[in-house]
Amino acid sequence: MIWGKTLNNTIPEDIVNKYLKNFTRYRFLLKELVKKGIKLKYRRSYLGIIWTLLEPLLTTIVLTIVFSSLLGYNSRPGQPYAVYILTGRLLYGFFNESTKVAMRSIRANSAMIKKVYVPKYLYPLASVIYTFVIFLLSLMVLAGTEVVMGVKPTIHILECILPIIVLFLFSFGVSMILATISVFFRDLEYLWNVITMLIMYCSAIFYYTDRLKGLAAKLVRVNPLYCIISNFRSNVLFGRSILTGGDESQMFIYALVVSLILDVVGIYMFYKKQDEFILQI
Amino acid sequence: MSKVAVKVDHVTMRFNLSKEKVDNLKEYAIKFVKGQLHYNEFQALKDVSITVNKGDRLGILGLNGAGKSTILKVIAGVYKPSEGHVERHGKMAPMIELGAGFDPQYTGKENIYLYGSVLGFSREFLDEKYDEILEFSELHEFIDVPLKNYSSGMKARLGFAIATIVEPEILILDEVLSVGDAKFRRKCENKMQGMFDKGVTVLFVSHSIEQVKNLCNKAILLDHGKLIAQGDIEDVAAIYESMTE
Repeated sequence: MIWGKTLNNTIPEDIVNKYLKNFTRYRFLLKELVKKGIKLKYRRSYLGIIWTLLEPLLTTIVLTIVFSSLLGYNSRPGQPYAVYILTGRLLYGFFNESTKVAMRSIRANSAMIKKVYVPKYLYPLASVIYTFVIFLLSLMVLAGTEVVMGVKPTIHILECILPIIVLFLFSFGVSMILATISVFFRDLEYLWNVITMLIMYCSAIFYYTDRLKGLAAKLVRVNPLYCIISNFRSNVLFGRSILTGGDESQMFIYALVVSLILDVVGIYMFYKKQDEFILQI
Repeated sequence: MSKVAVKVDHVTMRFNLSKEKVDNLKEYAIKFVKGQLHYNEFQALKDVSITVNKGDRLGILGLNGAGKSTILKVIAGVYKPSEGHVERHGKMAPMIELGAGFDPQYTGKENIYLYGSVLGFSREFLDEKYDEILEFSELHEFIDVPLKNYSSGMKARLGFAIATIVEPEILILDEVLSVGDAKFRRKCENKMQGMFDKGVTVLFVSHSIEQVKNLCNKAILLDHGKLIAQGDIEDVAAIYESMTE
């Protein structure tokens, strides 16, 4: 077992092998960290894991009441407004939560990082995975709401796995970038709160995009999270395919490409800077 | 298989000690514009090379700030050296601080699995060894209590029991022998003695020269990051004692 070897004189294949071997060695730790995240999130609350279902449901009720009675947004035929909100709310909620938890993960585990060797990428990765598991559970609320609201599912509902995968890749890429930078600049946590708010308003969670014009329409369109949400709604709410060409397919490819680029950038940044973490935390 | 257990090859470890830690963007931007972004470089280890053979028990001596803990952390893989590299041959058990991976909200039982996986053990392996860990740590009635309610001695017992559950080939010890009450300390020392008899390689840091003399057969002496002596324990200990007078 040789860990400290300098990478300059080894061929890339060796590096990949080394990382794969290390990953298999620490896969139990990844599992434990994911389990820990889920277990501790709801420990000491009476309703426990039920909150994953209750919380989006309650916020959706509030948003629906506010926007339909105060601002006059209404359901369109066959597309209940509450389901429209809930889909956006769930996907945005995962992105928001996973990036925030992952951003803090290095600092939160500093006691461990300072004392024992552990591959550091496990912390942001475990954070994204555990919030993802909670997110998948919360999709049950969506299924329930669709049944109650009388949404007629089509075969294309099965396609929704695609935007969900893109959402994971997108959140992971952003998380790795944030995790790296926030070790050096703690302000990022506050800055990110503001940025996620901007992203939220640009994600069409509670409004319809066809009313947008000019700059606002462009801003929403370049937001990968909006593209993912729009794809997801096509599948689970409008019952349409996203693979038949046209606007939705373009959005899907755009979001996928952006996500993959962010993943590469994030992993590269993290890999380059990880040895300096210990000197900062 | 070679006889060498750990090889530290021309290792230099540098830290940037800025006078005040710049960790927010505003300060960074201001200092960057003003051109005040300079660091005081501090070398914790200067071109240190040591070779530890299998079965050697190496004591690491030195005054405060000599770089003792730094070299252990470099060997354990926690720090990556700024220059040079480290080779390790054999399964390593780092005991730099017992229970560094513990989570205070987790119960003792959950922490066994968490800390065990931090050390690279599999779940099946921990299932198998669970009773043994429980037995050694003597925490039967507290194992389902959250760790935040444990005393520091209880935490140390649990940490020691988990870390020593494998038969390591290289054992890294940083003043961990000074934990717990006398009875538990004796138990730990017995367990360690058992490992020594099997020929485990030990790297040991302690301020107690007596402990080092009892435990080690070889020693190195560090002073301000430089290696100033290495060899048999008696010789190095004599130099160290003359230094501290």
